[in-house]
Amino acid sequence: MCESLALYMRYVGVSLRAQMQYRVSFVLQVLAQLGVTSIEFFTIAVLFARFGALEGWSLPRVAILYGLVHVSFALAEALGRGFDVFPELVRGGGFDRILLRPRGAAFQVLAAEFQVMRIGRLAQGLAVLVWGLAAQEHAWAWSDAVLIAWAILGGVCFFGALMIFSATLAFWTVEGLELMNVLTYGGVETAQFPLDIYRPWFRAVFTFGVPLACVNYLPAQALFGAATPERVLAGWLAPLACAAFLGVSLLAWRAGVRRYVSTGS
Amino acid sequence: MPQILVEGLVKTYRVAERRPGVWGALHGLVRRAYREVRALDGVSFSIEAGEIVGYIGPNGAGKSSTVKVLSGILTPDAGRVEVAGRVPWLERAAHVAGIGVVFGQRTQLWWDLPVVESFELLGAIYRVPEAERLRRQAELTERLELGALLDTPVRQLSLGQRMRCDLAASLLHAPSILFLDEPTIGLDASAKLAVRDFVKRLNRERGVTVILTTHDMDDIEALCSRVMLIDRGRMLRDGSMAALREEGQGERRLVVDLEDEQTEVADADARVVARDGHRVTLHYDPRRVPTAHLIARIAARHALRDLFVEHPPIEEWIARLYREARA
Repeated sequence: MCESLALYMRYVGVSLRAQMQYRVSFVLQVLAQLGVTSIEFFTIAVLFARFGALEGWSLPRVAILYGLVHVSFALAEALGRGFDVFPELVRGGGFDRILLRPRGAAFQVLAAEFQVMRIGRLAQGLAVLVWGLAAQEHAWAWSDAVLIAWAILGGVCFFGALMIFSATLAFWTVEGLELMNVLTYGGVETAQFPLDIYRPWFRAVFTFGVPLACVNYLPAQALFGAATPERVLAGWLAPLACAAFLGVSLLAWRAGVRRYVSTGS
Repeated sequence: MPQILVEGLVKTYRVAERRPGVWGALHGLVRRAYREVRALDGVSFSIEAGEIVGYIGPNGAGKSSTVKVLSGILTPDAGRVEVAGRVPWLERAAHVAGIGVVFGQRTQLWWDLPVVESFELLGAIYRVPEAERLRRQAELTERLELGALLDTPVRQLSLGQRMRCDLAASLLHAPSILFLDEPTIGLDASAKLAVRDFVKRLNRERGVTVILTTHDMDDIEALCSRVMLIDRGRMLRDGSMAALREEGQGERRLVVDLEDEQTEVADADARVVARDGHRVTLHYDPRRVPTAHLIARIAARHALRDLFVEHPPIEEWIARLYREARA
């Protein structure tokens, strides 16, 4: 475990040094991402300035939802870039090389690239999250900070799982499937707003089908002053559901690797 | 017990059949038609530790399927395979730790970084102790003359330099078996020689078993004492290079330059295979007609300016074996 972590850090070092070969492009990408996500939140803020609140959710509360989902998504994208570009790896035969090395395949794909440019989205998401928290009239406890970190960890598991599911499809078809992007980007967009505003069937899909509600909606509700004990419990358990989702994605991945090894393509 | 044992290896791929046009593509989404392609059709061989074996065959013959099975990244449908006492695909991690694989067409080095960083990372991936890695790296650097290249980013290397670095990278963990897949493809003459010399020395001094797949018969002649020739998933020949050459040399070529371009050349024991201005090329079997007799007969009938006898290149013989196997 320790040895794998040390190896992972070496991979990250290699990946960082490789990205630093293209500094200008790196800086521009970070700025572009920062700009795009900032405008996005600005539009939400303008909407709230016009309409006040949404189903009882004030702008600062929505900011917490927004912050949690974007921070999680940015971290998952930075960590899981290798899964993002996995279809190209399979097409180019690079996955054979991974199988020719005496380490786990998922580990090597995960370690292949740590994408730093995602700090644009991360920084913006964190800023919005901190602003949202500061604007609450609520005495903060240490347990709240732990719950936020715990929720972010769950969110990283959730988006990581979506990326792994998406990569796993490459074992079955070489045609670029944008199907999973509907869930990742669509999920980020959806989770920026409280699930209360959506229709029940839609809510059910994003709670029990794809546990998007566990990324921010359920943990955020446990943070607010008048949370009932059930809501607090749900908020603390939600990240576990995300971890389970990640576990399921890894099972699918393993089935994909088995298929690859038996079909050779 | 040989180091590599393969018995009755069978592998069939299912290839999705595409119907033409937009409707075909849509149809393919709903119901796919598959065609079965038998890539390996009962291949058997065994290789002792320390051999250098050339594995040749036309494209799609089953070479890379065999190499994939032997290196643990493809599961066969049937057959028995043991490499160094292990079934490759059942114990992938343990198995690949003991083999090295070089693809001439693809580098395993990290593209944007200096070569030495790839070596460091590979050392860690293969769990080679740092001191050991440095020792091997120094030795390989000396043998492959990598000194000036270690700090160069891989993307700036020439193909020949990159291949030398790739060879070193695949040997840092001291594998006992090395798979080389077209290691000299695209290299200039001196780079080819450098690669061949290195492989030969590695085999002789370290006893590393080498399995070489290539289309370059010069590689095979320079390195391999044994050749396995495969086509359509079946082994056509497995023997020494000398035996293969002997077999191929059953046929010889007589090339004559005529004084008169118009003359028709014919002989009962030879057939004309090419005619180019004054030059006529004939094939004959020296066991049926002694070379001296044939030359004497033709020289008696026609006015000749020049003549010479040659062996057909081994490539031609091999191409003919493929053709015969398919006929």
